[in-house]
Amino acid sequence: MNKQTRKKFLDTLLGGGLIAWLGAIIYPVSRYLVPPRTPDINPDSLDVGKVSDFQTNSAKIVRFGRKPAIVVRDKNDTFHALTAVCTHLDCTVQYKSDTEQIWCACHNGIYDLQGNNISGPPPRPLTQFKINFKNGKIFISRENMA
Amino acid sequence: MNNLMAWLEERFNISAATKFAAKKKVPVFYGTVWYYLGGVSLFLFIIQVFTGILLILYYRPGATTAFESVKFIITKVQFGWLIREIHSWSANLFIFFLFAHMFSVFFSKAYRKPRELTWYSGMFLLFMALGFGFSGYLLPWNELSYFATKVGTDIAGAVPGIGEFVLRLLRAGDDVSGATLSRFYGIHVAILPAIFTLILGLHLVMIQVQGMSVPPEQENLPAEKKKYMPFFPNFAMRDFLIWLIVLNVIALLAVFFPWDLGIKADPLSPAPAGIRPEWYFMFMFQTLKLIPAHVLFIEGELLGILAFAFGGIVWFLVPLLDRKAHQGKRSKFWTFFGIALIVYMIVLTIWGYLV
Ligand code: HEM
Ligand code: FES
Repeated sequence: MNKQTRKKFLDTLLGGGLIAWLGAIIYPVSRYLVPPRTPDINPDSLDVGKVSDFQTNSAKIVRFGRKPAIVVRDKNDTFHALTAVCTHLDCTVQYKSDTEQIWCACHNGIYDLQGNNISGPPPRPLTQFKINFKNGKIFISRENMA
Repeated sequence: MNNLMAWLEERFNISAATKFAAKKKVPVFYGTVWYYLGGVSLFLFIIQVFTGILLILYYRPGATTAFESVKFIITKVQFGWLIREIHSWSANLFIFFLFAHMFSVFFSKAYRKPRELTWYSGMFLLFMALGFGFSGYLLPWNELSYFATKVGTDIAGAVPGIGEFVLRLLRAGDDVSGATLSRFYGIHVAILPAIFTLILGLHLVMIQVQGMSVPPEQENLPAEKKKYMPFFPNFAMRDFLIWLIVLNVIALLAVFFPWDLGIKADPLSPAPAGIRPEWYFMFMFQTLKLIPAHVLFIEGELLGILAFAFGGIVWFLVPLLDRKAHQGKRSKFWTFFGIALIVYMIVLTIWGYLV
């Protein structure tokens, strides 16, 4: 074997070894940094309290699974339940009793009580929950589940 | 003293270093004042490391402990309020001086050959400083910082393809939670300081090796017209005096304009009005707000992000793009570009605070 090819062979071996060695560090570290997916804790239905807990024209924010949801009792005593996460940039919305709308304070996004985005930056409506009443209590659940 | 020097000399040949230091000189001309900005930034970083390490001793990351521990620091720990105030004020001044330093080297064309790498390393330092600010903002776990972080990370999530991945990587999950806080804490007190110190070291070594740059007009002057002052002690003493003044200003700010701790973050309470990022992100935040929800077929947010990414890359690559500077000439275009950028940043920042 001549010197040249031997040198080349050794260089390749060394270079390859170095790359493999780097890979053996970078791969596990980069996997480590990605958080594991935890299963969604999505309750089938959530007890949000008694009808009498809600005053006319008021709202309450509850935790549905991992995300906040907003339950509104409007002026006509009709109940509405929506996801409380603004579709714009994730802020938690609130009920404005004077205008009877859902308002996001972050960038002045406004939704109606059906969750439709009616003004401001939000690009999509809020998702509605299904509402059930049992023994004077209110339960909310995902639309598509019931 | 002489004995000590002789002892060291015998073992380490330190006269090489002291000879180098004695020869170090600083050009004297109308632009000499700008040379202090980098030094002030360095001083502020040292303050951050010092006060940051003190804060670590009492700070406890976690959704149920972070806010309480900062409250404990400012109400119970002796001089805890002072340490936190200095850390917060100096953080803000740090970013301010970094921007000032960056623009001063930009307008004096100091990025031109042979100092391209100094400019690139400086840009990395600025990005990391913004990372320090963004991650530190969340640590007190108050309402304002909680929602600002939600919004800030959500913006990163708007990038198609990698957005979701980046968002989960930053938040350590799908939502801003205690896990995000742990992650930001690790980034803030370990990852960034380690990398920052390394790059800062490179930045400083390159400056020592190459010496101070002067703008093109000065460089072209005949040798007898160029003036210098020795770095030791003349310039170093001036540096030191300015550091003392800066420290005093910080102490005054800390005492007379304390930062509020605010209300503890509660994921189940609605976002309060007046959610805003720290002032140095305001111009970007305000721009995103002004872009309509949809422009043609792309989402407004995305358009804004792409524009800023593009702008950032252009700014980063200015040593390559400004061909004139290499020939020792001032490019009118790039000077105008810099001025336009400053005006844009100032106008949008003020606008952001007005509405
Ligand atoms: C080695 C360096 C650093 C360490 C160890 C450190 C450590 C800490 C700790 C423990 C906190 C939480 C306590 C608190 O919120 O008051 C904090 C907060 C913070 N840090 Fe740092 N930090 C360092 C550097 C920096 C730098 C360079 C900046 C510059 C931009 C910065 C900006 C902030 C900000 C804005 C806060 C929030 C202050 C507040 O509202 O209380 N930190 N840091
Ligand atoms: S996050 Fe709700 S309007 Fe922007």
